[in-house]
Amino acid sequence: MRNLVRSKRFWLVAPAVVYIAFFMAIPLLQMAYVSVLERGEYGGVNWGVFSFDAYRNFIFERDLMDNLMINTDYLQVFARSFGLSAMTMTFALILGFPTAFYISTQAQSRRNFLIFLVTIPFWTNILVRNYAWILLLRNGGLVDNLLGFFGWETGGLDILYTPYAVSIGLTYTYLPFMVLPIYASLEKLDHRLIEAAFDLGADKRRAMMRVILPLAAPGIAAGCILVFVPCLGAYVTPELLGGGKFNMIANLIGSQFGSARNWPFGAGLGFVLLAVVLLSMVAYSLKFKSLPEDKS
Amino acid sequence: MSEVVVSARSVSKSFGNGAGVVKALDDVSVDILQNEFFTMLGPSGCGKTTLLRLIGGFEQATAGEILLEGEALQDLPPYKRPINTVFQSYALFPHLTVRQNITFGLEMKGIDRKKANARADEMLELVQLAQYGDRVPSQLSGGQQQRIALARALAPAPKVLLLDEPLSALDLKLRKEMQVELKRLQTETGITFVFVTHDQEEALAMSDRIAVMQAGHILQIGAPEEIYERPTHRFVADFIGESNFLSGEIFSSADGAWSLRVEGVGEVVLAQESSTGKLGKVTVSIRPERLSLGHESEQGTDRLKGVVANKVYIGTDTAYRIHLGDGQPLLSVRVQNANGVTGHFSEGESVSVCIPSDAARVLVD
Repeated sequence: MRNLVRSKRFWLVAPAVVYIAFFMAIPLLQMAYVSVLERGEYGGVNWGVFSFDAYRNFIFERDLMDNLMINTDYLQVFARSFGLSAMTMTFALILGFPTAFYISTQAQSRRNFLIFLVTIPFWTNILVRNYAWILLLRNGGLVDNLLGFFGWETGGLDILYTPYAVSIGLTYTYLPFMVLPIYASLEKLDHRLIEAAFDLGADKRRAMMRVILPLAAPGIAAGCILVFVPCLGAYVTPELLGGGKFNMIANLIGSQFGSARNWPFGAGLGFVLLAVVLLSMVAYSLKFKSLPEDKS
Repeated sequence: MSEVVVSARSVSKSFGNGAGVVKALDDVSVDILQNEFFTMLGPSGCGKTTLLRLIGGFEQATAGEILLEGEALQDLPPYKRPINTVFQSYALFPHLTVRQNITFGLEMKGIDRKKANARADEMLELVQLAQYGDRVPSQLSGGQQQRIALARALAPAPKVLLLDEPLSALDLKLRKEMQVELKRLQTETGITFVFVTHDQEEALAMSDRIAVMQAGHILQIGAPEEIYERPTHRFVADFIGESNFLSGEIFSSADGAWSLRVEGVGEVVLAQESSTGKLGKVTVSIRPERLSLGHESEQGTDRLKGVVANKVYIGTDTAYRIHLGDGQPLLSVRVQNANGVTGHFSEGESVSVCIPSDAARVLVD
């Protein structure tokens, strides 16, 4: 009887399972297969001819004497992407935590409105938003002029098409992903715990450090992952605000499927990225699985 | 010995503004003494928790002031007051172990870790949970969490411990145990306890003094037996235990005694100390167990005639309801069954009710 119920319940998720299998698992396997094939001369792959060149080329290259040499070019792209993503994550955290904290201290009706405001940028097309940033950040743009107006003659801001411009654009794009999970964990936080901290002699700073931050940690970690991971895979923003000069992983992968006509290498890069992301997720769940939940 | 520790002077507190303003406390004054178990008792919304939060520093008084050992507390934030609180929901830090919870307040006072841990162990010993230091709060039962909350609040040796309905989440048996426990802790530590509850039994069992509160006012302050035996207000008499209320007129008879005349029923003599000295229309409160029943034939200045309307056997006592006269509420009489008097009077039987002269208390309102 019980098994019957359970097996019937399975049908509730069946459509989703089929959908994911068909549109995610199968293409993913296909890409895994592509990554271990030989590249085709004019793009595509030579089906059935296996080669691990894609993964080897990530770290090594062959010199003229056909010796394997370490090639750090692609590692640098990865390192650059990680650096930029970490910077963006940090910016988003610095801006996002106080925002989330402020919202969580407001009256219930106001909170919903403020959260709505936070999500407004989602409603605008990402291309439009990035072009808007170009206009804002370019020399002689709004930011440049405003700085000049307040007495800081920049002589040309020279920030557009730098990693900072990319990070500013990414921070803007992914800020809601930082604010929302932190807000969720702060909202759950029992206000009486903060009162208890005050009661036991903690001033505001120590109540923040010893009680609020540790209890918001799962939300902060979730927000960091939600910002960091999509940043690693960001394509449009580095392309537009980085001027194509500062290749991030996604741009590299894109070019392998496009102009470089090296599908296996593109697929291989994708899986290296996926592996890194999955490892960070595992690390997150291991860290916060054991955190005691408040029963009350 | 009885030095004043906490003193509220004409304290008022309002919430909200404009038309939606709610007065939670209205001109309340009270002195809480050194080393006493002081209880603020009243129904929800009477202002007892607000007064507690004002003492703790979590709210600011709209008017009046609160003194600690003679010093105004107004500008001191909660973390600078030598006062600790046991919260209703315990509010234990879920991310810290029991020991870390207890040492939290000590660390904030700058006590080094070694001394703090020693103090924590001492506190755990005091609340009889010595072996639980390394657990986290979610691994403890409600009663254990309650004890840890107590240990945490007592650890920094506050001058005053505030307790905000700390027992309300516990089941009856555990609550009875904790009542004894709380009283023991208060006696052992010598710290002034200010306890808030809506449970009159709890208040009677533990307190040195009780303040009965209603609608933002303190109606009466006194020892448990004083509050119970000599209530000044109808609300107090009604809220604590069961009471009969008789309305009548007080007059001074020829021999100088005070008597109460109940319209259509008769007259009884009142003791001097039970009246407020005012003549005219009053209401008196009489506890059911102070009354006794006798045969119709028994006469006296302390008796009223009535008819048994119904009777209920409730184990230790038999509860009678006596009809005194038309337009008068039924009089509740409790007769102990210890002497085997059950069944002495039956329903419909005429009786005389004996009202000892000090049993009736004239109420202020």
